[in-house]
Amino acid sequence: MKLPVYLSLLHTSEGTLAASLRQVSEGHGHEPDVHFICQILAAQCDVHQEALAPMLERFGEPGDDEPERLHVDGLSTTRSGPIGLLRDLQDLYLLASLVDITWAMIKQAAQGLRDAELLSIVTDCDGETAIQLRWLQTRMKQAAPQALILAG
Amino acid sequence: MVDRIAEIWGTRTPYARDELWPTRVDQVLAEGVDESDVERWVQSACVLCSNGCGIDIAVKDGTMVGVRGRSLDIVNHGRLGPKGLFASWQGVSNEDRLTVPLVRENGVLVESDWETAMQRIVTRSRNLLDDKGPLSHGFYTSGQLFLEEYYAQAIVAKAGIGTPHMDGNTRLCTATAAAAMKESFGSDGQPGSYVDIDECDAMFLFGHNMAESQTVLWMRVLDRIAGPDKPRIVCVDPRFTEVARQAEVHLPVRPGTNLALMHGLVRELFINGWIDQEYIDQHTMNVEQLRATVEPWTPEAVAETCGVEADDVRRAAEIFGTSERVLSTVLQGFYQSSQATASSCAVNNLHLLRGLLGKPGCGILQMNGQPTAQNNRECGADGDLSGFRNWENPEHVQQLVDLWNVDASIIPHWAPPTHAMQIFRYVEQGSIEFLWISATNPAVSMPQLSRIRDILSVDSVFLVVQDLYLTETAQYADVVLPAAAWGEKTGTFTNVNRTVHLSEKAVEPPGEARSDFDTFLDYSRRMGFTRLDGTPLLDWTGPEDAFAAWKECTRGRPCDYTGITYDKLRGGSGVQWPCNEEHPDGTVRLYRDGVFPTNPGYCESYGHDLLTGAPVGPESYQAVNPAGRAIFKTAPYHPAHETPDDDYPFRYTTGRTVYHLHTRTKTGRSPQLNGAAPDAWVEISARDAEAYEVAEGDIVRVESRRGHLTAPVRVSGIRDGSIFAPFHYGYWDEGGVPGGNYRAANELTITEWDPVSKQPILKNAAVRITKIADGTAASPAPTTTASRPVSTAGRGRGVLPTVGGPAAQAKETIAPVAPAMVVAEEEHS
Repeated sequence: MKLPVYLSLLHTSEGTLAASLRQVSEGHGHEPDVHFICQILAAQCDVHQEALAPMLERFGEPGDDEPERLHVDGLSTTRSGPIGLLRDLQDLYLLASLVDITWAMIKQAAQGLRDAELLSIVTDCDGETAIQLRWLQTRMKQAAPQALILAG
Repeated sequence: MVDRIAEIWGTRTPYARDELWPTRVDQVLAEGVDESDVERWVQSACVLCSNGCGIDIAVKDGTMVGVRGRSLDIVNHGRLGPKGLFASWQGVSNEDRLTVPLVRENGVLVESDWETAMQRIVTRSRNLLDDKGPLSHGFYTSGQLFLEEYYAQAIVAKAGIGTPHMDGNTRLCTATAAAAMKESFGSDGQPGSYVDIDECDAMFLFGHNMAESQTVLWMRVLDRIAGPDKPRIVCVDPRFTEVARQAEVHLPVRPGTNLALMHGLVRELFINGWIDQEYIDQHTMNVEQLRATVEPWTPEAVAETCGVEADDVRRAAEIFGTSERVLSTVLQGFYQSSQATASSCAVNNLHLLRGLLGKPGCGILQMNGQPTAQNNRECGADGDLSGFRNWENPEHVQQLVDLWNVDASIIPHWAPPTHAMQIFRYVEQGSIEFLWISATNPAVSMPQLSRIRDILSVDSVFLVVQDLYLTETAQYADVVLPAAAWGEKTGTFTNVNRTVHLSEKAVEPPGEARSDFDTFLDYSRRMGFTRLDGTPLLDWTGPEDAFAAWKECTRGRPCDYTGITYDKLRGGSGVQWPCNEEHPDGTVRLYRDGVFPTNPGYCESYGHDLLTGAPVGPESYQAVNPAGRAIFKTAPYHPAHETPDDDYPFRYTTGRTVYHLHTRTKTGRSPQLNGAAPDAWVEISARDAEAYEVAEGDIVRVESRRGHLTAPVRVSGIRDGSIFAPFHYGYWDEGGVPGGNYRAANELTITEWDPVSKQPILKNAAVRITKIADGTAASPAPTTTASRPVSTAGRGRGVLPTVGGPAAQAKETIAPVAPAMVVAEEEHS
């Protein structure tokens, strides 16, 4: 059963996303909406991680035959300036997309298993991840024309 | 005669529920002018707050010499407040007025002429458009212009230049009102009406110090309170305001915790079954989400977070839950605080849960802060698409393309409009190089003023400022354009409860000052903006042409003006939109049938996630299709982002006093008003004053992480742990710049905004105080309102009562005519 591999992937990815959101929050303090909302989103990721913990416990360790290049790296630094902000948000978008699609895979498995507990965790969390993506996308759409056309 | 500085709300005219509010005509004339000397009375409405009172301007020898309330107007039944009485005419008839354009030469503003000034503007604007495109341009507009001016400005920006960087100072005052109504009901549009005050059994004032911000509306409430069956009043405000003094329950929440309180009130309605299940089933959606979100908020949890008594939460909820007719009003205490939109939507939710909407006495008034803020929102001078259209709906964009006959690609609709704080950020970063500010004063009114001053000074931006006076902001301009004021031009504007008024020109503007309308038309003409057929984009010759065009823009939209003409507005009273074939006399209140403008093809917005501001988007919205149902929108409570700590132990909140509007450009030039509140102060509670060993009049420094101010102390009825400062006081009468002595409240405020409405959070910051010097006299804070001293304070330092004396005498004529009735048939059906 490979579900533990994906539960572990999701758990780790939520943590990576949370850390990266906090990194961007710190690095872009002059953009107050980015600064504060990234903190709120990071806190959501923390809650998602906590929600997953009992599942990791129940389904057990993933074992040592997980696929290659399973995990992705988060942001270790932030860039500066309007283009830098755009790129950092884009990186967050990629990380959040990984989380989002992983929730979708877990949901499929939960349905296949008819596992009500796991399904309920998915239902509590995957909507918030979708909102995170929409927020990131809108913030980028707002910033892109100015950054791509006019920023020095 | 009544001293209307001392007696702010004048003489009581008590009345009972379902009776008409008696008429009382208030009048002031300049010293030495007798009623028989007045040559003409010119019809208008007051612009000294958002209430929108009908007013007549007295004219003698070509100048304004006084005002009187219009007895037949449905808004005020003849009354005027102190600001209207003393500042509306004296605030513009002043020798400080700008009379010629100014241009910057060698770093200094010098007198010039219109040709030179406009040529400079157009040259810079044209060069930037050619070199860098429309995104190099930004417009920061106002809540003070007329409808016709906003519509001209909106068309110029959206269809002439094509920039999304346009917003009004309405972002600071009323953006959350609009946002909350869009989220809950699908579109902007005030559900209730002032007449609901006459008909209600209970009133809830949420962060709304109505007694000081809309004095005439408060007179109506006071007259009900003085009547035989007074409404039960509940007040949510950290200060002991006049509203709180009249309230049966006062909830002095900690600044920044509104949403927790609202969750508690909503939860009580569920727990006690004070809901209308049939209304909920037929006319709303998402009730289960609401129930789940508020579930943890017991009265005890609210008490812990908000610093109020649990039993008071229960009592307030019981009043809401059991009164037959409830009217709610909401203002800056919610709009300028954290989680503004979620908290304001919670008020809508309370009413939806009980079905208390669209019925006599059962209104919601999501208030405005400024007299013409409503028109700014309608026309889209706040960046929205004109006529409450949805920028995410291609059909709505196409409607504007057809109306304006321009290429579809020019109208910016690819992303949300750029809100004010973001516009200033782009100026700071150098990507907006042309900023046009009309009739607003961000150098005093925006948060974190040291930063705003830096932004206005950046070399890369060409700054145009259009105003009556050389404001703090105008001093940074490259070109200053002298504007004609209220009473010096004709146009219409609309108040909080959708009442449209005509304001006629009474006198000539001073010198070469021009109406903003003429200036925008001139700019458009000089820029050569055209329609697809080659005709001028704005081919209007006067404001009435603009009004006719606007009517077409509103046809079929919630704010339908098609049944209104200038002639219909002349004489008599203002008219409430929608006014069209179906509603020829206007509409008293919206949503009588429980059908809301949430249809996906019709709504103004698809809504947002209230915690983060992430948009719902067209696909998701259409998938759940509200189809005319209202939407319960909510979010989990989140503490304010800046809360007190060891270094900054106080919660800081800002606000207004009854005697001033905004940055005092008009009220500061009225001797009566300026005398009543001549200078800044800060308020502290008696317990905190004792702990910090400060007394009435002592000079303190109040400091946040961003700046400080120095002012004398008033020991007032504010809640413990909070500091209040009035936001009116800038520097124009103190040499123009701070000069080392800071007194503006916004020196301290934080650069942060609500994620949905983008309204800056001006009412919550962490500060510390330090005593600088012993006082030599009492503070200048008025004694007549929320800033009144608490009885234990003063400690030998005599606080004199605020009075106006002989210059502040107004004539009040009680019941000269029968009260005006709202004309719509629905009221009597």
